[in-house]
Amino acid sequence: MNLRASQFKANARIAAQDTGLRSKVKKATGTALTKRKQTVDELPEWESLRQQGHDIRKEVVDNIDRYLRSFTDAARLNGAIVHHANEHNDATKIIYDIIRRVSANSVVKSKSMITEELHLNRMLEENGIRVIETDLGEYIIQLAGETPSHITAPALHKSKEDIARLFQEKLNISYTDDPAVLTAVVRKRLRDEFLNTRVGISGVNFACADTGTITIIENEANARLCTVLPEVHIAVMSIEKIIPSFDDLSLFLKLLSCSASGQRMTSYVSMINGPRSSHNPDGPRQLHVVILDGGRRQLAKHPAWKEALYCIRCGACLNVCPVYQSVGGHVYGSVYPGPIGSVLTPTLFDMKEAQDLPFASSLCGACTDICPVKIDLHHHLLWERREVVDRGYKSFTEKIAMAVWRWMMLSAGRVEFAGRLGWLIQKVFGKNIPAPGWTPRRRFPALARRSFRSIMKREKNNDG
Amino acid sequence: MTLLRILGCDPQYDPRQTCCGQPAFNAGYHTDARLVAEHFVEVFKDAEEIVSLSGSCATMVKVFYPQMELTGALSETVGGITSKTFEITDYIVNQLGVTDLGLTYTGRVAYHDSCHIMRELRIVDEPRKLLRSVKGIELIELDLADRCCGFGGLFATKFPDISVAMGEEKLESIQRAKVDLVVGCDNSCLMHLQGLADKRGVNLKTKHIIEFLGDLIK
Ligand code: SF4
Repeated sequence: MNLRASQFKANARIAAQDTGLRSKVKKATGTALTKRKQTVDELPEWESLRQQGHDIRKEVVDNIDRYLRSFTDAARLNGAIVHHANEHNDATKIIYDIIRRVSANSVVKSKSMITEELHLNRMLEENGIRVIETDLGEYIIQLAGETPSHITAPALHKSKEDIARLFQEKLNISYTDDPAVLTAVVRKRLRDEFLNTRVGISGVNFACADTGTITIIENEANARLCTVLPEVHIAVMSIEKIIPSFDDLSLFLKLLSCSASGQRMTSYVSMINGPRSSHNPDGPRQLHVVILDGGRRQLAKHPAWKEALYCIRCGACLNVCPVYQSVGGHVYGSVYPGPIGSVLTPTLFDMKEAQDLPFASSLCGACTDICPVKIDLHHHLLWERREVVDRGYKSFTEKIAMAVWRWMMLSAGRVEFAGRLGWLIQKVFGKNIPAPGWTPRRRFPALARRSFRSIMKREKNNDG
Repeated sequence: MTLLRILGCDPQYDPRQTCCGQPAFNAGYHTDARLVAEHFVEVFKDAEEIVSLSGSCATMVKVFYPQMELTGALSETVGGITSKTFEITDYIVNQLGVTDLGLTYTGRVAYHDSCHIMRELRIVDEPRKLLRSVKGIELIELDLADRCCGFGGLFATKFPDISVAMGEEKLESIQRAKVDLVVGCDNSCLMHLQGLADKRGVNLKTKHIIEFLGDLIK
């Protein structure tokens, strides 16, 4: 994993002052949240659906080996070729080998977070294979040479004017910010690619352990085309994408599409049971399913951290997070930004590198309230903070400051003394003495001359 | 104190009290937090009921104390402490059963939901009931009522730029509501908003709900 999470603080500082970025992120997340709310408000059973979703995800993560075996068996029975990859490098190598074996030199690809986690595009391109992103958002990001800033809306940080300029520059078309025209340009360019490319790569939203079905949801039909037109379809997933049964699918489709885009159902739902066969003449000649562990089995054993694996990648916690809204997704320095990214990055990838992420939250809890599978996101951040401290990653100065604070708080007399001292300092130096981290952009309140404690004491003495 | 006495209570103040331990707990320093929490439990263990003017501190006691590993006999005392601790508006409305204080005020006021009170303690209506009972008051709902103001304890100083960015959004929502008084149940959020408003020259006054109601009695 290629992390830049250690630079969070510095990058967030810059991003928080970029009001242009903030207003774009605010607008996009605001629209998504409004649509979600409308749909959820029409579903009185929403809370019980969330609980069911939570329970089923827990069941899978607690018994991941069994479900993985059962999904693998069922998918193989359907005619899919299933590959297990322990490490990220194993997965990219498997994918590369499949492409080489059919002598293809390009692939069409639909949106998938797991391939982002694998840095698949970079690896394939370094090895001479052209990758054509076909999701509109991903297409834009690829054209701009950037990475996604959101897990369901990769180009969320771009306004339509940004996109218009990008297309003008890179595609040599005249400037227009009419979304319909811009979309048509992409559609036209992609059509030939779909027809002439022999390998399609997709992610997976849910994999049913009993039937071996893989399900992909989307609104643009590009994933459908990526998975049926090319000769070879490679579906890439991580182990926790499994759900126990085909019967659970309707619940999860509802939870995911409502939370992600406020739709009861996305425009396209592809349920793929296997490659072309005598009784199923459509689809690719070969279907490969590449399943990545990438540290997840280990994580699934941890009594607390495992909850992050319940995530169905809806992106709602990003949308609702005031920190994400203020700084966007890139500053997190991880494939997974926002609350789930802050929870998952330290535990799944590297706690030392990502040690700032659990602290980058006001702990407001909006993420936990919106999560469709009820992951206790903001409390996870708290527990991870403790882990960061226990592992000794914090600075000496901070540890000393905390020890002094504790020493003070163990005696009312010392607190009283500190209060008076503070009042005196303000009295002597004026109210605008600088307090690092606070005063540059906020004023410090005036400290009271007499504490509540001393007022109470005096009152008591007078009574007595 | 005056307000509680009017409502027929006999509030006591134990001068030994200091802090609930939340700053260290939220910073990940569990040992430091635990020692301070133990001091709190020691001071308050014999109290009949504990009423807190800070929803955040009440949250610490009610939600997080049970998750901490307090030592020795204190680990048993903590359950009792947790159930007898109340945030003040919750206490007035649900324990004392009072929703109308018979007070009068003329003007537009917005109530600020602090996250700990709203999402950890699920106290949303209680302060509003008390405010609405004030005759002549025009209680305004902010369009971003359920959005965090960006204080978040040490977060405000560790990530001042994000904290200020969040505060600015809240402040704009307050300005859109055309109120010059914001009342809340947690002084820390109010201090952050007030500091931000003062620095930007925005005409805004923030008051703790008890201070607001108390001033109306006088
Ligand atoms: S953590 Fe929950 S809200 Fe966030 S992306 Fe995952 S499922 Fe959605």
